[in-house]
Amino acid sequence: MLKMATEFENMTDVRTAKMSAKDVHVFYGDTHAVKGISLDLHQDEVTALIGPSGCGKSTFLRCLNRMNDTVTTCRVEGTITLDGENIYDPKIDVVQLRARVGMVFQKPNPFPKSIYDNVAYGPRIHGLAQHRTDLDEIVTTALEKAGLWNEVKDRLDSPGTALSGGQQQRLCIARAIAVNPEVILMDEPCSALDPIATAKVEALIDELKGRYAIAIVTHSMQQAARVSQKTAFFHLGDLVEHGDTTEIFTAPKEERTRDYITGRFG
Amino acid sequence: MNDHIVKAYDHELRDLRAIVSRMGGLAEDQLVAAMQALAEFDTEKAEIVRNADKQLDALEIEAEKAAIVVFARRAPVADDLREVVSSLKMTGLIERMGDYAKNIAKRTLAVSEMGPVAVPQVLDQMAKDARKMIQDVMDAYVHRNPDLAMAVWERDEALDNLHNSAYRTILARMMETPDKIGVLTHFLMIAKNLERIGDQATNVAEQVYYTITGVMLEEARRPKHDLTSTELVTEENLDNE
Repeated sequence: MLKMATEFENMTDVRTAKMSAKDVHVFYGDTHAVKGISLDLHQDEVTALIGPSGCGKSTFLRCLNRMNDTVTTCRVEGTITLDGENIYDPKIDVVQLRARVGMVFQKPNPFPKSIYDNVAYGPRIHGLAQHRTDLDEIVTTALEKAGLWNEVKDRLDSPGTALSGGQQQRLCIARAIAVNPEVILMDEPCSALDPIATAKVEALIDELKGRYAIAIVTHSMQQAARVSQKTAFFHLGDLVEHGDTTEIFTAPKEERTRDYITGRFG
Repeated sequence: MNDHIVKAYDHELRDLRAIVSRMGGLAEDQLVAAMQALAEFDTEKAEIVRNADKQLDALEIEAEKAAIVVFARRAPVADDLREVVSSLKMTGLIERMGDYAKNIAKRTLAVSEMGPVAVPQVLDQMAKDARKMIQDVMDAYVHRNPDLAMAVWERDEALDNLHNSAYRTILARMMETPDKIGVLTHFLMIAKNLERIGDQATNVAEQVYYTITGVMLEEARRPKHDLTSTELVTEENLDNE
């Protein structure tokens, strides 16, 4: 019998991954937090990482731009490549890497500076603008792409921290995209936002997905279903299931995935 | 399957399932009662069937409301989503079965006016098969048995073949006894009703199978054996049988 799910299974993904994780293990001291995860991120695609607290999804996300480097007890094994290049190679400039692989956090964290400077900070330190007019251009474009321009164009000198929570989060997204990243990582970017602000960020994610590879950690199943094309379900450090979001949310293959997304005892 | 952490969610799904099961049982009863009324030319019984159809209509609306509540409150996904969507479709299909039973009852009322005419036996056989399909598909639903649902799905072929035979039998009788053509036309339509009940049961089977497995049985793959709408029966080719 022809089975729709089988068609998807048989479709070999021949695209070249933007980022590729192969057999990644993460240890915090003796704790084995991520257990051999292999996962690709593609341009033009949003991948949602879901799973209960402590399942390793945020830890895994933080490996993708080496945020875990700052944790002294943390050890990462396996390979993670960006355009085929190992990001844990000693030759890699971590600051440069984090410009290419941007991150947006759970709580909006604008710098205590003006809206303009929040966005201009990255391009300045990375030397992306020669003149003030170039910088103006970068700031304007980034704010436009983040869907914030119309709301702040008349008060670029106001402090970023004076914006609403949702605006602050979009400012952080503008800050991330101002340095021309290729990948954007989002760690529960909407968990502190109301539904309207959440909808605006989600609309923004839809807009951005054409230009960047995006990975988003979320505790909202509906958000994962709404914004992503691929979903990865993590549980106790394992990647239990990874596939098309529509498949995962209509007919997941693994019982553990089903129990989690439907809110059952597992 | 494990229970939901939120008990109320389980209760809502259980309530919805109960409505679907009840409708299946009622549709079966209606079919049996309609055929009994026909066999006995019992207009009272036929009238009861005709009126009882309202219950199925009301239950369908009840199921629809219950399903909408689940959508609104729970935003169901995965198995739960399939369950609720399929419930909506199943209740629609079962309600149609009821309509066909009711139509048999209405025709019984008409036929009874014209005086008793022997009911072709093949109609009884069709009704028996259709009833078994309803029973089995509801059994598959209640006991979450995809194999049984599949078996019902495959059994539609047999009912189609019986329908072909009923069609020819009744047509032959029309040719033999043109004065009875009015009654026999009703029998022809009753045969069609029974065949359609089987179709609905088959569609319910698809929904049950999808709910349990997540796999859609493709409509196109089901062999169609009902020839009555595509072939022309004449005295000559009837004789050739």
